[in-house]
Amino acid sequence: MINAAGLVKEYGKVRALDGLSLDVEPGTVFGLLGPNGAGKSTTVKILTTLSRATSGTAHVAGLDVTKFPDKVRRVIGCVPQQTSVDPAATGRENLNLQGALYGLRRAALKTRTDQLLTRFGLTDAANRPSRTYSGGMQRKLDVAMGLIHHPRVLFLDEPTTGLDPEARAEMWTELTHLAAEERMTILLTTHYLEEADKLASRLAIVDRGKVVATGTPDDLKNELHGDAITIDLADTATIPQARALLARIATEVTSSGRSLRARVSDGATAIPAVLAALDSAGIPVASVSVARPSLDDVYLRYAGRSFADAEGVAA
Amino acid sequence: MSGAISTMSPETVPVAGGSARWALATHSRYLTMQSVRALLRQPFFVAISLVQPMIWLLLFGELFKRVAELPGFGASSYIDFLIPGIIVMNVLFGASWSGMTFIEMIGQGTMDRMLTTPLKRGALIIASLAYNSITIVVQTAIIFLVGWPLGATYTAPGILVSLAATILLTGAFCSISNAYALVLRSREALIGLSIMLALPLSFLSSALMSQGAAPDWIRSVSRFNPVDWAVVASREALSGSPDWGAVWAHLGYLAVIALLLGYLATRAFGSYQRSI
Ligand SMILES: Nc1ncnc2c1ncn2[C@@H]1O[C@H](COP(=O)(O)OP(=O)(O)OP(=O)(O)O)[C@@H](O)[C@H]1O
Ligand SMILES: [Mg+2]
Repeated sequence: MINAAGLVKEYGKVRALDGLSLDVEPGTVFGLLGPNGAGKSTTVKILTTLSRATSGTAHVAGLDVTKFPDKVRRVIGCVPQQTSVDPAATGRENLNLQGALYGLRRAALKTRTDQLLTRFGLTDAANRPSRTYSGGMQRKLDVAMGLIHHPRVLFLDEPTTGLDPEARAEMWTELTHLAAEERMTILLTTHYLEEADKLASRLAIVDRGKVVATGTPDDLKNELHGDAITIDLADTATIPQARALLARIATEVTSSGRSLRARVSDGATAIPAVLAALDSAGIPVASVSVARPSLDDVYLRYAGRSFADAEGVAA
Repeated sequence: MSGAISTMSPETVPVAGGSARWALATHSRYLTMQSVRALLRQPFFVAISLVQPMIWLLLFGELFKRVAELPGFGASSYIDFLIPGIIVMNVLFGASWSGMTFIEMIGQGTMDRMLTTPLKRGALIIASLAYNSITIVVQTAIIFLVGWPLGATYTAPGILVSLAATILLTGAFCSISNAYALVLRSREALIGLSIMLALPLSFLSSALMSQGAAPDWIRSVSRFNPVDWAVVASREALSGSPDWGAVWAHLGYLAVIALLLGYLATRAFGSYQRSI
């Protein structure tokens, strides 16, 4: 649905994109994750026909973005990184104008506008100028405007930056609904590892204008050393026997007190096997937990520096 | 209806009558209405826009009262002479700032968002011209109204030609200003360049000074000056015995330059998009 191959974008001497490629399947949420200045917004600008790549090709919904920008514009919705509502116009007027630009007419436009105002909880504020909105409300209006024409492909550039945790959670719920109900293809950029993990079914980690890793969030984490499992036993006396059993299934087995720790490639499949083995040996278990490696670990591995460090350098 | 629309696929979204020209007209209309609504929400700004033409008239009226007595001036009534000049000065100092709206839109992010929609670039230019023409037509009407008790005499065709000339000149100056805005993207640069253009063009015209009283070289230069074309068309049409050939010719030049500059302003979006 979205395809970019070898995108290069130079702003004078700055090489914002350095051969970026990605491929997004229809109906999925794809996350572009990366620190400040990685080239996420530049990628979105090229894919949404705003900016032109210095070299490389990009297709959205099968259409070449440089050859058929007008056709691409009809099928995409775009929520830029910067808030883009007209502050002098009311929420409703903003939506009406946006709809009119896509050719929506009176009755259809009104229905759709009402629907989106309700959906984003903006009905009460619909008739006052959007300059009086809070940051979170403006961001919701931004997203609503991007959706007005039922785009097949939606681009969201940092949709939740600047939102408080509550507003962010609400936005996540909305976006999850969208992907599921409207079968939309969504490309979303974010700084938040948690957001990428939660919303995206596939991720690309971008660093210095290149994709350094792609995969599902789980794939990316699985490529690390695996999950950490922790088993608390009911009785310390069984520890040596349990360790021996565990060593056959897992690696890096350690123990302290009543707890055993080990690494497995996939916690979800390993746990039943571990429990079955302990059970058949008659070792009572108090609790079991699995810790997945975080995307931060993934980022550290592929970008060669931790996420927080990269942010610090670029900022 | 609501059920139908929520399952509507993008292909079936009506595309404004299907024709590109219709889309251009609809987009321009919506954008113009949005600007007019925004203007009406600022009563203070509306008040200033209404008072400004009166100030022009009274200020220049007083300043140039004695000009009509200069040797070689020609015209008999200074107020009849001055009104076309003031109408045109008002266009210059109104339309030259239209690019500010574009710079503001770029700053607010509304420009970039609109450029990712099927909006026709030309519609942004046309809407800017339409919006500025509306304010300038209202201001021109005020100048005519205030000039009347001061002794100005009008003819209906004269008023119509004057309005046409101001709209065409507005088109030309808005386009230049919009093109500057898209290429320079800086308020300061826009203000500087606009003044550098508006001041010489008004002084090198017969807006406030009769050609008979001006040096030869100014007279030659002003023949190529769109500001002067508008003044001449308006003044000629308002005179007792208009030379209609000259009126139409000058309106024609203005139309050509307005269309040309409008086209160039539309092309300036390319320059803007290459910078982002
Ligand atoms: N219009 C521009 N002119 C010059 N350089 C630019 C321009 N836009 C982006 N850049 C540069 O390109 C690089 C990539 O910028 P981009 O905005 O794509 O990063 P990003 O990943 O979106 O960062 P952030 O997380 O801060 O939004 C940066 O070094 C930036 O300074
Ligand atoms: Mg960005």
